This record gives sequence, structure tokens and C-alpha cells, in this order.
Amino acid sequence: MKKITYILFVLCLVPLSAVASGPEVKLDRAPVQITDTLSLQRGAHTFVNYCLSCHSAEYMRYNRLRDLGLTESQISDNLIFTGQKVGELMTVAMKKTEAKQWFGVAPPDLSVIARSRGPDWLYTYLRKFYRDESTATGWNNLVFDKAAMPHVLYRLQGEQSLVTKTVDDGHGGKHEVSELKLDTPGTLSKAEYDAYVADLVNYLVYLGEPAATKRVHIGIIVMLFLFVMLGLAYALKHEYWKDIH
Amino acid sequence: MGKRLASMMDWIDARFPLTETWKYHLAEYYAPKNFNFWYYFGSLAMLVLVNQLLTGIFLTMNYKPDANMAFGSVEYIMRDVDFGWLIRYMHSTGASMFFVVVYLHMFRGMMYGSYRKPRELLWLIGMAIFFVLMMLAFTGYILPWGQMSYWGAQVIVSMVGAIPVVGQTLSNWILGDFMLSDAALNRFFAYHVVTLPVLLVTLVFVHIVALHQVGSNNPDGIEIKANKDPVTHIPVDGIPFHPYYSVKDIVGVVGFLIVFCGIIFFMPEMGGYFLEYNNFIPANTLQTPDHIAPVWYFTPYYSMLRAVTVNFLWVDAKLWGILLMGGSVAIFALLPWLDRSPVKSIRYKGPYFKIALTLFVISVFVLGWLGTKSPTPLYTLLAQIFTVIYFAFFILMPWYSKIDKTKPEPKRVTE
Repeated sequence: MKKITYILFVLCLVPLSAVASGPEVKLDRAPVQITDTLSLQRGAHTFVNYCLSCHSAEYMRYNRLRDLGLTESQISDNLIFTGQKVGELMTVAMKKTEAKQWFGVAPPDLSVIARSRGPDWLYTYLRKFYRDESTATGWNNLVFDKAAMPHVLYRLQGEQSLVTKTVDDGHGGKHEVSELKLDTPGTLSKAEYDAYVADLVNYLVYLGEPAATKRVHIGIIVMLFLFVMLGLAYALKHEYWKDIH
Repeated sequence: MGKRLASMMDWIDARFPLTETWKYHLAEYYAPKNFNFWYYFGSLAMLVLVNQLLTGIFLTMNYKPDANMAFGSVEYIMRDVDFGWLIRYMHSTGASMFFVVVYLHMFRGMMYGSYRKPRELLWLIGMAIFFVLMMLAFTGYILPWGQMSYWGAQVIVSMVGAIPVVGQTLSNWILGDFMLSDAALNRFFAYHVVTLPVLLVTLVFVHIVALHQVGSNNPDGIEIKANKDPVTHIPVDGIPFHPYYSVKDIVGVVGFLIVFCGIIFFMPEMGGYFLEYNNFIPANTLQTPDHIAPVWYFTPYYSMLRAVTVNFLWVDAKLWGILLMGGSVAIFALLPWLDRSPVKSIRYKGPYFKIALTLFVISVFVLGWLGTKSPTPLYTLLAQIFTVIYFAFFILMPWYSKIDKTKPEPKRVTE
């Protein structure tokens, strides 16, 4: 009976999976490793230097960065440029109404951006900017068409442009493929820039849920406890139920 | 010491039926001895209820039911409140797991005919619990005030607006505004933390009182009370709930906690099914998301709502969808009178019932899956087909349950 249900259920899903369509741009997999504190420290450094001028992280306190193995004085000396106190939230001075006038849309708060967009999207987005003279900022993005954000990291990555090629698919049909070409190199090589963005995305994932590492640590202890409990509970039940049947 | 305790119990018993209640509901409540895996989910539902009440209290201490502060206060709980993340995940995972255990509990009832005479009222009280649970889930999901909170609620509220003549007035009355706003958030918070929990706890109490009046059903679907010991008047196939089922339920509780804690500690978003990714974007009243999907436990009904695409008999397609969706939940209440089989349990029912139940389960899963997807012509067609199968399970039941080839029930419960 259970088997039949299972087989029928699986059979029902087979034709459906064939028609389910994927996203338009293939996202690259972000190498997220939130236990890598050095990577998180580098990411935090990039974040406060490049992101925190326009984007806030208004649910995050600076001194929470002690999670990354930093002391409060290290945090205030190296990561706070706004004159704020170490216990304060990562806010920005830019007013939302003014930001909207300048960019057309207020830059979103980044506290939980990794939880809504996902690390892969962020990792791909930050590497897929290209020059486009038709937009207000002069930049466009392969993942997020007409993104209001200019390419803040272009000095590091360099300038890319969009190349559209017509490709023969081998079955007589033709389709267009868009690729990015590096026109002007930046100060970092491609591999260095990818690693740089990976650190930033890693930090954004941490920022989305600072308690995540602690959560997993506690979880392992809880699970070990529960498995011991299961054994004891089963032994107790077995002892009581001896006289039944 | 023992003497003192006994005299204290006498003192209490003269003023409150403590020993009597203990015996009636636990030590001398005789449950069938052949409960299987499916009988864990009733006690587990109570466990989750307690979890929701306790974690809910601590969340209420830090949450702010204000459209400008709600989203931030949830993040404050996640970051600045000691173990706030744990309390919040216990509550959010608990909400989904409540539906998991309640759905399995209902499925158990459907397999073993637990809704049949004399348990019709017990089943109806259970249906009332299910309805209150859905209201709790709906009002609770609004509180984080994320994009899915807002727009999901907008979809539900717009259904009230689709009621002919009075719809718009009714919608304004419920929301306290012309749109979903701070006023609605405040009152939904009040329902979520006061009105509905009180109702739920009361109904669960009544559910147990009704259960202990008629006695538990069992996987064989036969009445153990029909076969009592002539001297003791205890059902020969019955065993005292305490200690036998209390110790057995502890095993179920720990087994459940392994799953529950596995989700809380290692995958609290459950791949976007328990906590939707879009709900980490603060509610924006001016920006409708491309794709609005309810949380998984509502998706089968949502599919049926969207399945109706044509106006029929001067009634708008949307209103038909709403009627169909309401009907898909309400129709469970008719089960005690739709089932005409001479036997209760699936063990002795014939192939028609087994096929019908299998198709029903498949349709629930497929509709649930479709409800998470953006509609396409193919998906809508599939939703229509499986909506028909879903309803056919109920509507055709008086017929197929009657002509089905059943096996004879045993006199005593089997192992």
C-alpha cells in the first residue's frame, strides 16, 4: 500500500519536472564557509569600505563582529569610519528620500539580503557588471537588468562589456548567447577578484544570521543528547510493555 | 511521610476531584493495546501546542506589532535577544510541524475510520481545532511583516472582498482600514496571541473530554468496549493509558524532537518551505512580488483557489475558487456521514477505498506542489484535474464505500 502510493506519487512528478523552468541566468555557486573567520574578516573589511556608505545593515551591531575573532578596539579602530560607538547599529547617514532621488530607488538594507537573495545570486551579481552607456549610471548587470547600483568594485575587477553571439545548437537551430568580456583589467586578476567577492558574500551570509555557527554547535550537542534519550526512552517503554500481549 | 501525603490527598479530594480526574483520564483510561506508529501524532500535537504557547510568550515580550517596527523587532529577536534565534526558530518550525502532525493525525483518522459512530462529534471538534489552527497560522504569518506576510495576507483578505454585495464593507471592517496596514497588523496580533490561543486550548480540552467519553479507536476499527471482562468491567483488549501509553509516547516525543531539532538547528528555513526567502524582504505596500506563494501547509487549498478560471452561473471565477477552497476544508466534516462501509478500518476495507485514499493522498501532494509554483496553462490544467480527484474522494464515498468488497472484522484486536 505504502509502496503503491510512493510509486504513483513519483510517477506523477516525472512529467512535471520536465516542464519546470530554471532561472534565466545560470548562477555560480558561492563558496560559502561561515566558519572561516579570516574570510569573514576580509569580507567585513570590504563591506564597511564599499557597501556601508550607501547600504545600511541596521539590525547589526558593530560589536557583534567579535564573533569573527576581533576585539572591540580592533573593531572601532579598523571597521568604524562614521564615528559611531562600537555598540551601535550599522546605519548610514544617507537619507532614504535623498537616496531615492539620486539612484531612483533607496539602496536596500543588507542585514538579511543573503537570506532573501541567496549567496549564489549575490556572488554572481557582484561579478556580472558590464558597461552600458544607455543606463543612468553607465553600468548594467547580467543578473539584475538595469540595476540601479553602479559597479562599486570596478577598479578591482576592471571593466567588462556585453558580447552577444549567435550560436548554432547543432540541430539546425540558432540561439543567442550573452557573455561578458574584460576590456580594461582592474587591479585584481579574475581569480583574485572572485575570491574577493567570495569573502564579501561569505560575510553577507554571516550577517544574515550571525547566530548560525552557534546554532549548529548547540544543535550537535542537542542531537547527541536526544539519541541517548531515545535509547533510554525505548528501554523504559520496553520494560513496561513486557507484560502486555 | 506517606501517611501525611495520603491525608493531604484526602484533603484535596474532598475539595477537588484530583484522584478521580487522574484515574479517569490517565491511570484508569483504558486504551486499545494495539496502537501503532500512527497513534503518536495526537500527543505530539499537544507537545507542539505547548511549544507554541511557551515560545510565543517569549516572542511577545520582544516583538513590536507596528508596521514600521515589526520586521526590525523580529531581527532584534534573532540577534540581540539572548537565545532569541532559538525561540523564534522553535516557534516558526513549530508552526509547520503543527500542521505536519495534525495532517498525519487526520490521515490516521481517515485510514482507521476514527470519524465513524460513536466518534462523529470528536471528529467535528477536531475539525474546529483544524480551522482555528489555520487562523492562527494565517494571523501569525502576518506578524514578521515581510513581503510574503503582507502579500499573502493581501490574497486572503481580497477573498473576503470578493463576497457579493457586502464583501468590500466586510473587508474594511476586518482590516480597520481600506487596505492592509498597521491597523490590521495590530488586530491580527491580538487575535494571534489572545483570542485564537484561548480558543485552541479550550477546543483541545473539549477534544480530549470527548475522546475519553467514547474511548479511542484502534487500527482494527473495532470497539474494545464491546468485549469487557465480566468481573472487572475493564475492556479485555484495553490497557491503562498510564503507564503504558505515557511511556510509549515518550519514545514518540523523543523521536519527534530528533526531527524537530534537526530542522531548528541545521535547516531552520527548510529550503524555503518553513521560512520563505521572500519574507526576509520588509513588506513594501507599493511593490507586488512576481510570485506569491503561501507557506506549504496552505498550498493545496491555494491551488484549488487558482484552479477555477471561468465564470459560471453568473458567479465570478474568483468567488467559485473561494467556495471551492472553503469547501475543500469543510468537506472533511462530512466524512462520518459519507462513509457507508460496514467496517471502519482500512485493514478490512476493500480495494475501492484503498484506491480512492491513495488517489486522494496523491492529489493533496500534487496540489500542494502546484501551489508553490507560478501558474502556467499546464499547471492550471493539472490543478483542475487533481481538484476533481480531491473532491471525488469525498463525493463518491457514499457509493464506493457501500459496494466495496470488505473483509470481516475480527472479534479481538490483532497484533
